[in-house]
Amino acid sequence: MKTLAELRMIREKAQEEMKLRESNYLFKVVVGMGTSGIAMGSREVMKAILEEIAQRGIKNVLVTQTGEKGLSSLEPVVDVIEEGKPTITYGNMDIAKARKMVAEHLVNGKVVNEYVVSTENL
Amino acid sequence: MKFYRSHILIGIDDSSLAAGVKEIEALLRSELQKNNLSDEINILETGTLGLFGTGVSMTVFPEQVTYVNLTAADVPEIVSEHFLKGRPVTRLALKAPLKKHYDYNYKNRIVLANSGKINPEDIKDYLAAGGYEAWEKALLIMQPGEVVDEVKASGLRGRGGAGFPTGLKWSFTAPIKAEQKLFVINADEGEPGTFKDRLIMEGDPHKLLEGIMIGSYAVGATKAYIYIRGEYKLCIHRLEIAIKDAYEYGLLGNNIFDSGFDLDIYIKIGAGAYVCGEETALIESMEGNRGNPRSKPPFPGVQGAWQLPTVVNNVETIANVPAIITNGSEWYKGYGPDGCSGTKVFTIMGDVNLPGLCEVDMGTSLRTIIDEFGGGVKEGHQFKAALVGGAAGVFLPIERLDVNMDYNSLRNYAAVLGSGAILVMDERADIVDMLYSVIRFFRHESCGKCSPCANGNEMLYKLISKIRKGKGAPEDLYNMDKVAEAMFHSSFCALGQSLVMPIRSAIEHFKADFLKRIN
Ligand SMILES: Cc1cc2nc3c(=O)[nH]c(=O)nc-3n(C[C@H](O)[C@H](O)[C@H](O)COP(=O)(O)O)c2cc1C
Ligand code: SF4
Repeated sequence: MKTLAELRMIREKAQEEMKLRESNYLFKVVVGMGTSGIAMGSREVMKAILEEIAQRGIKNVLVTQTGEKGLSSLEPVVDVIEEGKPTITYGNMDIAKARKMVAEHLVNGKVVNEYVVSTENL
Repeated sequence: MKFYRSHILIGIDDSSLAAGVKEIEALLRSELQKNNLSDEINILETGTLGLFGTGVSMTVFPEQVTYVNLTAADVPEIVSEHFLKGRPVTRLALKAPLKKHYDYNYKNRIVLANSGKINPEDIKDYLAAGGYEAWEKALLIMQPGEVVDEVKASGLRGRGGAGFPTGLKWSFTAPIKAEQKLFVINADEGEPGTFKDRLIMEGDPHKLLEGIMIGSYAVGATKAYIYIRGEYKLCIHRLEIAIKDAYEYGLLGNNIFDSGFDLDIYIKIGAGAYVCGEETALIESMEGNRGNPRSKPPFPGVQGAWQLPTVVNNVETIANVPAIITNGSEWYKGYGPDGCSGTKVFTIMGDVNLPGLCEVDMGTSLRTIIDEFGGGVKEGHQFKAALVGGAAGVFLPIERLDVNMDYNSLRNYAAVLGSGAILVMDERADIVDMLYSVIRFFRHESCGKCSPCANGNEMLYKLISKIRKGKGAPEDLYNMDKVAEAMFHSSFCALGQSLVMPIRSAIEHFKADFLKRIN
């Protein structure tokens, strides 16, 4: 049980933390984990991304999950978010594509255009 | 974060490097700068664009124009024509778009604004996105009556199918004096082809909870139930986490933030009968009885579950409420036409390139929804029909493609918005087969309580099966219509009453399909 003042503080802190978290990392990678995504293999994609990041010793990437955006037929969907740039949404991802995305985008800073399904300011 | 209106993806690979892409990129940047466009248009380097032998190339989003074989001389023209005046230079553009890109339309989302962005299992993500500010405002600043009035003024109507004004529904229950009132969320989502409520609950469960809190406060209910179908495992899991966190943060429980208001939220898991989505059958099922509809009146708002005043609302309806309270009813009315305000979530299936779901302004045309959000009718095929509103919906022919998808416009064509399901069929689809599966579904889901529906479905099933097997006679079409009409007039609940819509519209608009089988 928390008081209202505490709740407001938590909200402000969460907002700050989020900003801070994002400034500590160059990239935020968000994997869509809705029912359709999971059915199409988003858990495996998430695992491949985490493994590839660990193997390469990349430190500046935050990986997290979210629900579904809506385009079921493009699942699994992965967002790569970088401060000041539009969100790059990759679709129809699989393990091999996820590894390639880590190597090209997160390491070399080059968007893998073939897999991009949307570039929106989220 | 900066908001760019366009993004340019420039392909960097061996061949474009050899063709001088770096110089051209630098020139492009300086031209944009010169025209004061650097803040509006963003340049991103990408790997190969997947084109071969096209020298320096780039794709511009959101309009998806791809320029190929660019030289330094082309750059000023592209900047002044395309980026300044908004006219793509077709002479330099690739004829067919490179590949399908998609606009998720987040700018226009209300109920799915966070879904696909925040972590649904972390209450802090929701809080950081402004979550529970509406609950604070309603509980501590507004009187319950003011909340009801605000929702009434917003013009919000039920998204569960019938389109009943939500504020009006609340205003029946709010003044009733009772020991206990209940607020029930209909998360049964049994309409074939509908999965919008699932996305809301698994993508942003706290938004539903916040809406429930506000609604319960408005009508004076201190217990709320989410009646959810058992198949929605992930939703149930995430709702459970969300409810637990909400208690921990003091958003639920007794004397919430010293307001004197108590609220508990429970989850009730259904067994998946279509009829249990009908509000009175849902109430029976909640009480532990067989899911048969009750007669109305008394309406649930007066006498519902366990005889207590019970407000029943759909998931999507209630997910609109926090934004209405935060931003006010005038803001909400900025979405959609008069009398049908807000956004609507549509699920698009069948013969389209990109099946899925979109949230758009109420009143967006069927054509726009199919073309822009469903990726258009399947490559190389033509539109034949759309079954709009779910199985209890209407078959619309090509002449109706420009209908605006809102309650009032659809009514002009004896059609309904229903749950917002859109099933697209191309020229390969056979309407007799489609209608057969609709009738088979209804026959299976009829609860058997009243004979017009129980027997009527059986008769319809026999008739359509006969036609489908090529053994039908012309009068069978007439008989189907008559049976469905009798069911419309005499069935106990809307399940039996609504079959006339798909049957009548199928026969009216696609008679040729039936006659082909009969002759
Ligand atoms: C056969 C049948 C099935 C229904 N299924 C649902 C359902 O799955 N979800 C839903 O919200 N409403 C369903 N409804 C409509 C509900 O009876 C009720 O109108 C609705 O839950 C009210 O909420 P709203 O005003 O927010 O739309 C169904 C109605 C019928 C007749
Ligand atoms: S109309 Fe059908 S579903 Fe409704 S009560 Fe009668 S038999 Fe049951």
